[in-house]
Parts: sequence; C-alpha cells; structure tokens
Amino acid sequence: MITCPRPLVLALTGCSLTVGIGISVYATSVLAQEERADAALNQLVHEPPTMEDLESADIHPELKKVIRYGHDLFTNTQQLRGENVFNDMNCSSCHLGEGRVPFSAPVWTAAITLPDFRGKNQHVNNLEERIAGCFAYSMNGVPPEYGSDEMLALSAYHQWLATGAPMYPDKPIYGRGFPAPEEPTEDPSYARGETAYQENCSICHQENGAGHYENDEYVFPPPWGDGSNNWGAGIARLETMAGFIYQNMPLGQPRSLSDQQAWDIAYYITSQERPQDPRYTGDVAETAERFHGRSLYGQTREHDGHVLGDHDNFGEKGDIKPWNVGMPRFENLSEE
Amino acid sequence: MNNTYVSRVGLCVGITLIAAGAVAQEGNMERGQAAAASCSACHQADGSGMNVPDGESWPRLAGLDADYIAKQLHDFKAGRRDNATMATFANMLNDQQIADVAAYYSQLPATQGQGGDEANETLLARGQQLAERGDWNAYIVSCQSCHGPGGKGVGDTFPGIAGQHAGYIHTQLTAWKNETRSNDPQNLMGAIAKRMSDDDIQAVSAWYAKQPASADQESTQ
Repeated sequence: MITCPRPLVLALTGCSLTVGIGISVYATSVLAQEERADAALNQLVHEPPTMEDLESADIHPELKKVIRYGHDLFTNTQQLRGENVFNDMNCSSCHLGEGRVPFSAPVWTAAITLPDFRGKNQHVNNLEERIAGCFAYSMNGVPPEYGSDEMLALSAYHQWLATGAPMYPDKPIYGRGFPAPEEPTEDPSYARGETAYQENCSICHQENGAGHYENDEYVFPPPWGDGSNNWGAGIARLETMAGFIYQNMPLGQPRSLSDQQAWDIAYYITSQERPQDPRYTGDVAETAERFHGRSLYGQTREHDGHVLGDHDNFGEKGDIKPWNVGMPRFENLSEE
Repeated sequence: MNNTYVSRVGLCVGITLIAAGAVAQEGNMERGQAAAASCSACHQADGSGMNVPDGESWPRLAGLDADYIAKQLHDFKAGRRDNATMATFANMLNDQQIADVAAYYSQLPATQGQGGDEANETLLARGQQLAERGDWNAYIVSCQSCHGPGGKGVGDTFPGIAGQHAGYIHTQLTAWKNETRSNDPQNLMGAIAKRMSDDDIQAVSAWYAKQPASADQESTQ
C-alpha cells in the first residue's frame, strides 16, 4: 500500500473504512471477526460513537449536555422510578452496552428506520412514540410527554448514536434486534429450561427471578415477576427472549449457551408471571387473541394448569394507565 | 424396615449434615478472633492487609462478605484456588474455624485501599470508565454490573472491590487473565479479564483502590 500512487491509497483507505469498521468493532468479542467482514459486504454495519467520542465531538455544548442526560436516563432509568418507571429495569438492562452493542437490539437503528408503520399499534410511529412504547411495556410505566426534556434527551441520545448512518437504509442492518438462535432440535422444555436457568442464570437473576437490588440500587434485572417488564413487552415473546439470551447471556459470554439451552431457558422464563399487559381487555383469552400471537400469554402452563396472564396485577403502577396505549393516530387519513 | 431403607435414611441424614455444614455454618466472632491470630502477620490485626508494590499484596479482609471469605478459604484448601501461602494457612483451619475467621473479618470496619496514589489522571479516568461503564468495543462489561454500585459487592458471590489494594486487584485480574485463578462461578470474571489489557488492569486496580469501601468510610472522608 505504501508504494501505491496516492489515488489508490485513498481508495483502499475508503474501502478499509467500510469493512474495517465491521472488523474492528468489538474485535475481541467472541462474535467472529469473519462474520463481521462478510456482513459488511451486504449489510449496513454501523459503529455508533462512544461517550468519549461525544466529548471531542464538534457539536454545540448544549447539545452535548442533552445527549449526556439522555445517556444517563438510558443507563439509569431508575431515576424515573415512580414517575415513568414502575419496575426494576433500566433501558440498558436489555439494550446492553449503552444501547450500542450489535445483537442486543442496538437502539440507533430506530433513529434511521422511523417514522415507519408498526404492526404492534397499526400506525406510523416516530422515534418518540417508539420510545414511549418501551415505557408502557418494558418499563411497566408511563412515558414522559412527547417533547418533554426526558423524551427529547432520550431521542437525542438515540439519534446521536446513529451519527453517520444512512437514513432509511436499503440494506439489512447488521446486529439489529435480538436474532433468535437456530430452531432447537427438541421442542423447548419447561423442565429442562428450569434446570438450565438455575445452573446458568440464577446466580445473578435469583432462583425466583427477582433479580437483585443492593442497598436500594439496581444491580441485576428481574427476568419475571412484578419487577420485570409487563406482558406487552417485546421480550415477553419466546423467540425474542431466546434471541436475547443466546446473543448476550451470561453477561460477558455471548453465544456460549447452546441453541437448545437458549430456547429452553427462554421457554421457562416466558412461562412465568409478570405484570398484566396494559392493553388487557379484562378477558385473558380476548387479550391473547388480539395482541399475543407470539408469546405464551393466555396459554395454560402444563405442569400446574396456570393460565398465563389471567390476573389483574399491573405491578407497582396499579391502575395508572399509560396514556400512549391505544392512542388513535391519523384518523383524518383513514379514508384513503 | 429392611437394610436398604436404613442405609437410605442414613445417607439422607449424612447428606443433610454435610450440606448444613458447608452452607450454613455459623461463625463466631470471638472464636474467629482467636483463630485469626495466624492470619494477622499478613492481613494485619485490623484486617487491613497490605499493598506490596512489586510483590504479593495481601488483601484487605475487613468488611468483606463472610461467605465470600469462607468460600475462598475452602477453595484454597481444596486446591480450587492456587496460592502456596494461603494453602498452608487455610489447611490449618477446620470448617468451623473458617466460618469463625470469616465472620470475624466481615465484622471489622473496612479500611482504605492503598496503591492507587501514583496513578495519573488518564489512568484513573480509564479505570473509572471500566468500573462504571465498561468498554463494550472490547466487550468488557462494567465492573459494577456484577460487583454492584460503587463496586461495594453483591451478596456472597461478587466481592466488594472498592477500597481493595491496587496490588491485590492487579494480581487477581492478571491471574484470571492467565488462567491461574478460575474459582469464579461460570467463568464470569475469567471471560472478562481475558479481554483486559495490562493497562486496563492497572487502571481499574488504581481506581478501585482509591474508592471508599463502605458507606461509613464515605461519610468520614
């Protein structure tokens, strides 16, 4: 390369930037380098900036403050406990690595793919409405108002993470979501899942799934129970939980469990109770029919005959209703 | 009642006794203080240990979780944790004495860690980053995601590391990195230590040595 004429050097540098990002990001992780190099050829690989990059970024100091606040809300969402958050979770409980890590549902992807139609609520959502959904379901809470300081700061953090990534990309995004592992050889089993959970997960998340608070401070999130996400959250679905586990758990050892173990543990976890879905109609079968094609909600647990989600326990938030759930949008366009 | 039944009952009782002995042995502080006499040459009478630059640092035990200390002593005895000096001393203690010394040290007030003072600002900043946020580009998760807020420890599995001597933290992380220590559950520490550079290890050791080990200590600083 050193002996190449200057234009060629530039071209190679440009090329190595495109592919090199894929190779260098998280290079020491067990996620294979070859996979990233291959992925870079036909997927959008984006390396989000770090909080260190923010300090040196050439943007307005006031914007930096807001992005820092957004990052703080994202990683310590418990500061909104009792106001917007009614469980023991932070955004970063599931979106690991401050929302930057591939295969851990990196959140910058929302900033470049929205506004778009969303099947979950059957209308076009923007970034704020998407974040509001997380508050209503994953945080078992009530979202901050659209345009509020908190909402703006969270959106700013999401968008800033997407710095340099193309809007509405025409290629699939590398590492988006929680891709589920290969279909298991055997159907997921509650009993095997329970054993695998107790062996691999309970040291942090506790045998009863309650997670861990230490001196009233968040340490490990609860995978089920009142402190966890409610039934309406994306991760209440079996395949999403299987994907999260396979790609990210145990912490620091992604893809160390077998496909079968990930599915079994996910089946066990998603077969436990959690706060009621805020879309609950008062009838578990009707709610299951309308909203729960891909979770075990409404199904009868084999070992004890319990019908999952058949209760009116909304967790710590009690009868507070998240204002965004079921909010009609674009009614004036419905004729078209 | 036949012989099989009797032997099964006997086996059950035996297992119960062993399990109770291993898990729920009550430690006694006074007995612990007496048994700790042989520990104090290195770990000091107040459990403060000593930071030994360029040598084998002796960890502060004061204020650590009792069950964590007990597990380490059992691991030294059983060879699950390899240290010639500690194997000798741990072997002098029976199970009850282990529970006693563990209870004794856990009740002593935590003392300040040493060995972080020479670190420059850049190193400390890197240490703080790894401690509080990790470096996910290298898939290093933050220390506090397991060792708890402020690195003050979580339960009997994840020891407090704030206010521990830099030399000791450094030695242990290096041991995990080199696979000469592996008595952590599920390789949780080993997997991460292997991704840390020597500078990372130095940074995080210095940072935590300078942090308060307990809320009491924080308020008196």
